[in-house]
Amino acid sequence: MRTQHNLKSDINYNYSVIKQLTIMAIIWGITGMTVGVFIASELVWPDLNNGISWLSYGRLRPLHTNLVIFGFGGTALMATSFYVVQRTCQTQLTFPKLASFVFWGWQLVIISAIISLPLGITTTKEYAELEWPIAILITIVWLSYATVYFGTIVKRTVSHIYVANWFYGAFIITIALLHIVNHLSLPVTIVKSYSLYSGAVDAMVQWWYGHNAVGFLLTAGFLGMMYYFLPIQVQRPVYSYRLSIVHFWALIGIYMWAGAHHLHYSALPDWVQSIGMVFSLMLLAPSWGGMINGIMTFSGAWDKLRTDPICRFFITCLTFYGMSTFEGSFMAIKTVNSLSHNTDWTIAHVHSGSLGWVSMITIGSIYVLIPRIFDKKEMYSSKLINIHFWLATTGAILYVAAMLVSGIMQGLMWRAIDDDGTLTYAFIEVVIASHPFYIIRLCGGILFLSGLVIMLYNVLMTIKIKELKFSKNEKVFV
Amino acid sequence: MQIIYVLIPLSIFFLFTAILFFFWAVNNDQYENFDSSSYHILLDDIKKKK
Repeated sequence: MRTQHNLKSDINYNYSVIKQLTIMAIIWGITGMTVGVFIASELVWPDLNNGISWLSYGRLRPLHTNLVIFGFGGTALMATSFYVVQRTCQTQLTFPKLASFVFWGWQLVIISAIISLPLGITTTKEYAELEWPIAILITIVWLSYATVYFGTIVKRTVSHIYVANWFYGAFIITIALLHIVNHLSLPVTIVKSYSLYSGAVDAMVQWWYGHNAVGFLLTAGFLGMMYYFLPIQVQRPVYSYRLSIVHFWALIGIYMWAGAHHLHYSALPDWVQSIGMVFSLMLLAPSWGGMINGIMTFSGAWDKLRTDPICRFFITCLTFYGMSTFEGSFMAIKTVNSLSHNTDWTIAHVHSGSLGWVSMITIGSIYVLIPRIFDKKEMYSSKLINIHFWLATTGAILYVAAMLVSGIMQGLMWRAIDDDGTLTYAFIEVVIASHPFYIIRLCGGILFLSGLVIMLYNVLMTIKIKELKFSKNEKVFV
Repeated sequence: MQIIYVLIPLSIFFLFTAILFFFWAVNNDQYENFDSSSYHILLDDIKKKK
């Protein structure tokens, strides 16, 4: 019988699939960011690919995005959601074999991306580049993931479904829907298909997909992580549970309608663009509500920021979450967008979200997760976590600041007009002016990547060192 | 732009499903006791780890 909150101590949680997913998340993070550092170098030294087509920027850029979003982010979301759903529902994962298939299937998807994208096999749809056989595999894996996740919720032994599960659940359902609708296409060969949509229709479907992927994978999914791992590490309940519920319903109610802001001043009807802009502005309210809720969870425990580097990751990721959601709403205003569109400002915005928010919340959560699933007292080295924190923060700030300045400069230079009505600057002059910022961006990327390598070492040492294990009488059961 | 005749109903359907879930949550006492709900994960974690 389900009770409101019964705490059982004898549940044999399934951690093996979580262990596999967590380690692979770190490895895909390192791989994806290495590709990112390489393509950033190509923008500094354009001849770096040495004429080799599969090392060219155009082919590696989608590989970078696929590896970091689906490899690093996706795998980390699977790992943490499987942990959170078991612990908050006080039950084992359903269908352990299917869960194992989710792991192997998802790794196969990522490996297929690593092979197909450099070969130039692509649908050309941004964030949906993988060709139809891989897209079908993704659908099968994703539906299995949904079955395991929701199956576990159904057989929960506590009646209450913790708020993090709502965020994870919305993320899983929405990504399934978006993926299927955006990938409808006619295959012509095993490696080539044509989208069912064309022209402005294609653009609208693509950005309905693209924006909601940002909203539900990169935001809702990671908010699920935040609402579980942050309170655990701070050892305080979330500041306002009521606000977290409002945050959830407001976010999923509004996010779906904002995608058109990616297509300002395009062939899209004006009224659709305006709706996209208005909903984007409304999104600021739930976003900042969630950010404040996370930050205020620290109230009464601010001293932890002095001693616990994992908490520093959490406070920094929330700060970036607040900044990038504000920036996102701001950039969705049509007049602002006319300056920012197609410039490096967009790159700044994306990386303030992905390095600052998504990566940092993931890193913090993995540091909380690792000792728990490997049954260790703590991480191998708190000092290394601290070094990682400063590398990641410095890297993200260098990256974002450089691209922001470069982007605004590009926007202003492109629109500068002389008295006789001709453009003040040739395109190449803008490229030359951006070059120093590309060097700063590369440095930021290298710093961030090296932090992740330190993390992998720290994690492997935590697993290896026997002294970190609990002795028998040390374990406390309340 | 006929695609909006697909995307808007699809999004409304999604929103409608979400509203159903919301009513399910309210009617099934999901939102009755916020304090114990938020403390629950901490107690569970302390129990397993010390």
